[in-house]
Amino acid sequence: MGILRRNLTAYGFLCAALFCFAVFAWYPMVREFVLSFQKTDLINPPEWVGLDNFKAAVADPAFGEAWLNTVEFTVLALLCGYAVPFVVALVLNELRHARAYLRFVVYLPVMLPPIVAVLLFRWFYDPGPGLFNQVLDFFHLPTLAWLDSSSTALISLVLVSTWMNMGSATLIYLAALQNIPPELYEAAELDGAGILKRVRHVTIPQTKLILLLMLMLQIVATMQVFIEPYMLTGGGPENATVSVAYLMYQFAFSQMNYGQAGALGMMLMLALLVFAAFQLRTTREDQA
Amino acid sequence: MISVGARAATGRRRGKRREPKPIQVQFRTIVSPHQLNSRWGRRIYWLVLVSVIVLFTLAFVFPLYWMITGAMKTPDEIAEMPPTLVPKDPTLGNFFEAWDLFDIGTLLKNTAFYAFGAWLFSMAVDVAAAYALSKLRPMFGTVILGAMLATLMIPPMVILIPLYVTIVDLGLLNNPWGLWFPAAANGFNIFLLKRFFDSIPRELIEAAQIDGAGPLRTLWSVVLPVSRPILGVTSIFTIVTAFKDFVLPLLVMTDSEKMTISVGLSQTAGAVTQNQVMGGLVIASIPMIIVFFVFQRHIMAGLTAGSIKG
Repeated sequence: MGILRRNLTAYGFLCAALFCFAVFAWYPMVREFVLSFQKTDLINPPEWVGLDNFKAAVADPAFGEAWLNTVEFTVLALLCGYAVPFVVALVLNELRHARAYLRFVVYLPVMLPPIVAVLLFRWFYDPGPGLFNQVLDFFHLPTLAWLDSSSTALISLVLVSTWMNMGSATLIYLAALQNIPPELYEAAELDGAGILKRVRHVTIPQTKLILLLMLMLQIVATMQVFIEPYMLTGGGPENATVSVAYLMYQFAFSQMNYGQAGALGMMLMLALLVFAAFQLRTTREDQA
Repeated sequence: MISVGARAATGRRRGKRREPKPIQVQFRTIVSPHQLNSRWGRRIYWLVLVSVIVLFTLAFVFPLYWMITGAMKTPDEIAEMPPTLVPKDPTLGNFFEAWDLFDIGTLLKNTAFYAFGAWLFSMAVDVAAAYALSKLRPMFGTVILGAMLATLMIPPMVILIPLYVTIVDLGLLNNPWGLWFPAAANGFNIFLLKRFFDSIPRELIEAAQIDGAGPLRTLWSVVLPVSRPILGVTSIFTIVTAFKDFVLPLLVMTDSEKMTISVGLSQTAGAVTQNQVMGGLVIASIPMIIVFFVFQRHIMAGLTAGSIKG
């Protein structure tokens, strides 16, 4: 086969994918950039406005709060959704019974459509007959306002998010733990390392790459939190749960100001690009 | 033989006690088999095991139990304080009511149609692309692959607005292609497929070519049959992702006749009673739970297949 013919066949096979990527992945990336400098409501022709969209986005009363909330959400979600699964995976890896059951059960919420988890928890959080307050009441503990108070609303969102997502992190860690050569533990034991020291000097160094990779993945994923504030709180009470992604949605679909939404999206992208670049580097190291 | 010490220790205290069954160890982990099978090791092990099972069941199964029993309660009972653990007078009526109120028949049919279409289209597109990049090796192949993988770095929420604007411009609102085209632009699928195709021995392909098979025939009768594991994994993930997706269908499929189950539930949940909402949620969860039961192994394997080296 001649070089030309081979290339023609190859591009024949590639053309559908190239079309999909070009129109629905690469072009939107460029469009995002263009959009952020335009004023557009999708009805009237777009108009160039320079940096006005960025200024308007920054001037929005919820702007600062949205970033703070997003960072706070990410930090809390990392504590719950990043550290806890690792500990859970460590424990699961030690157990010799009921492994299949435990693995199945921890991944079950991941399979549910997110809307199911969110609406189910909305009912749990109900200040009246909601399950959580009833349990607290049963143990004679003070009940909480959950989604209705600005001090608990954010953590309530983190709880749902952790519940529905921790399964995948746990199973990925578990797979990593099972790949640690047992000789390392034996050697550490012979050197007199106790259980905690074995975790510190064998388990963590051996899973370092995956720990790093998951950290980056989770930061990028949680910084985009949307469905929880959208369905549970609508950003309230008093903007306590407005996230950047939710504010972006508001700009676009409540105020019909797609350019301003695009400007906020650009800022989010720049913030996340750092982590995404780290993630890519870690993946490469991992593959090598 | 490991538990000799433990046996001697217990034997001394109670002469007739039956000897403890050692905990089987197939591969060693942080805790050594010796420690595990010591007297305290065993006690702690069973304590941890039982508490983990109880905790996991409470945390991950009980909410689902609450959802299902909630859907079987009457409106009075579901508002009762304190709540009943078992429905007093379980009824399936709420499921039927939810089915009608949410129009779940239509929603499920839509979702299944979108998910199936997304699967069919994105598998066709991605397999062809991965095959071309892996086996036909065109000019600029690495650049194209790089550009495809680069899209994985872009957080989906960030390009949501421009993607939506593009879909509007193309007139694809309320058109399934508005979901299928973006689903096919899946760098992760192409990456997984290409990596698997790379591992297929050259000889196999060359043998097919000597027999006179063209590229399409080689793909169909040589590459695809040996790639079944990876095709299974990518298929399941594509279908599950399409079924669970929320934000893009929320924006693209706005006609109530064309909504997905997730969007439909979110739109109507405020207008119906709590037990009917729960009925709707249970019905919406069933397809994915069935998929999970059937393809458990593939899903667990696929989870670790991707970005992470075994």
